[in-house]
Amino acid sequence: MQFKSQAVSKPYFIAAIGLFVAQILFGLIMGLQYVMGDFLFPHIPFNVARMVHTNALIVWLLMGFMGAAYYLVPEESETELFSPKLAIALFWIFLVAAALTVVGYLLVPYATLAKMTGNDIIPTMGREFLEQPLITKVGIVIVALAFLFNITMTVLKGRKTAINTVLLVGLWGLAIFFLFSFYNPDNVVRDKFYWWWVVHLWVEGVWELILGAILAFVLIKTTGVDREVIEKWLYVIISLALITGIIGTGHHYYWIGTPEYWQWWGSIFSALEPIPFFAMVIYAFNIVNRRRREHPNKAATLWALGTAVMAFLGAGVWGFLHTLAPVNFYTHGTQITAAHGHMAFYGAYAMIVLTMISYAMPKLRGMGEAASERAQLTEMWSFWLMTVSMVFITLFLTGAGVLQVWLQRYSEAPQAFMAVQEQIKIFYWMRETAGLVFFTGLVLYVISHFVGGPTGAKAKARA
Amino acid sequence: MSGSFTTSAARNIFYGGTIFFFLMFLGLTYNTEQVLPKRDNRAALANPAVAAGKKLWEVNNCIGCHTLLGEGAYFAPELGNVYKRRGGEFIKAWIKAQPTGAPGRRQMPQFNLTDKQLDELVAFFKYVGEIDTAKWPPNIEG
Repeated sequence: MQFKSQAVSKPYFIAAIGLFVAQILFGLIMGLQYVMGDFLFPHIPFNVARMVHTNALIVWLLMGFMGAAYYLVPEESETELFSPKLAIALFWIFLVAAALTVVGYLLVPYATLAKMTGNDIIPTMGREFLEQPLITKVGIVIVALAFLFNITMTVLKGRKTAINTVLLVGLWGLAIFFLFSFYNPDNVVRDKFYWWWVVHLWVEGVWELILGAILAFVLIKTTGVDREVIEKWLYVIISLALITGIIGTGHHYYWIGTPEYWQWWGSIFSALEPIPFFAMVIYAFNIVNRRRREHPNKAATLWALGTAVMAFLGAGVWGFLHTLAPVNFYTHGTQITAAHGHMAFYGAYAMIVLTMISYAMPKLRGMGEAASERAQLTEMWSFWLMTVSMVFITLFLTGAGVLQVWLQRYSEAPQAFMAVQEQIKIFYWMRETAGLVFFTGLVLYVISHFVGGPTGAKAKARA
Repeated sequence: MSGSFTTSAARNIFYGGTIFFFLMFLGLTYNTEQVLPKRDNRAALANPAVAAGKKLWEVNNCIGCHTLLGEGAYFAPELGNVYKRRGGEFIKAWIKAQPTGAPGRRQMPQFNLTDKQLDELVAFFKYVGEIDTAKWPPNIEG
């Protein structure tokens, strides 16, 4: 660790891992409810489990992004963080707000929670992924602004690099587009139209800048390849991402009452969206092959390469699978969408946060450049278990989706939703099994942080 | 990449490209807003029950299980066309009868809605069902 203030990222990373565990536990509950419909009913209905599953994901990724920024920005800017105290205070505020929100979801009926938390003042709740009570949303904005102030001041007083500039643009974009979550017109079409300005312009827009910046940082550190080369690639990739992704929003505007020309705009631009992800794969492998040093943290490099590959598969390939309007006409809102969502979120965003944690944690814990060989081996096992099981989750959901489309949407005699669900149960059982393997991998991941063994100079002496 | 293509050229493409395509997106958004009155069934919003129904839809987190025009969760049926599929009376009777308690079957909670609230929800479903969705879903099963 080059700067003392980088230490503030540690609690962010620990909380991110904790929320990741919670996310997966609730995912397992939902997966079981798909096949055993009355499991835990009425204590945890599906919609409540889903809110916890998706909101825990969003919060742990945001925790991860903030932790990554606090670690990366001082090092890139070559100066201490503007205010480490503010960073720690914000951490606790964010964690407590997230915990209270989840407790609210689990203990109080959602309608009561809405009443208790001022949803009548500005109704913003009850929309997918934006279920948070008004006070939580306001809290998110306050935390985000104070965080951005802290990070921006740090960059302004220090060295400006492509990496910290791109990260900053991405984080500001994240905060700005979140403001659309407060806009909820009675008109359902307009509600949906601007809802995507948060959801799509986050995950297929500004978040990709954050992903690119973190990946570039870790690649520079672990390979020692010239910054100039990596930064050029970074700009090329994020250019492609936004040039395709912004108008690519149109792939959400096919069937929600919006003008039909969006079928052309959305299909053409989002068909190009895999290109930046493909470029990312080429770039990551190219850089690692041209490495000028053998970094002892092999796990971090594995996560970095894994991110590029899985983001390409999940966001690129599985996105393309159902993005063309004539295909999407049949697949819209089926298990195909769920399949894509799972691999894309894991591949692009969960894995980039895990990449950063893998790189930074040994340094934050005073182990030198890397954890012990044994700890890394455990971590790499967890990488393969989680990644391979996510591939299977995606394949099983895709199988379910294809059948669902056929039976419910495409065949001569379309069947009712629940009748179809009964017939594709086997895929849900297999998905749940793959989910259990994923959870095993996650447990191993947590354990890897407690595996000892010689590190730093001692490990070198033995080698 | 070749030596003549510099980092600052790449950076300029990034900022220029992003600004250009975002402005284009804003232009399309502006045009969309102009076209929407012909498609989005906004006349139905004159009835205050529709907005009240939308709020009920939201504060009971219906989207946590169902889809509405294909967006939401995939655990329970599409409801954008439920008014056409089932009709108002069936919808009200169904919501009142939940949960079914059938063992092993997916369960919908009891939301304890009043008759007035049930009418508002039905008004909301009727309004959504009359939005011009470019003929989606492919058939009545949603």
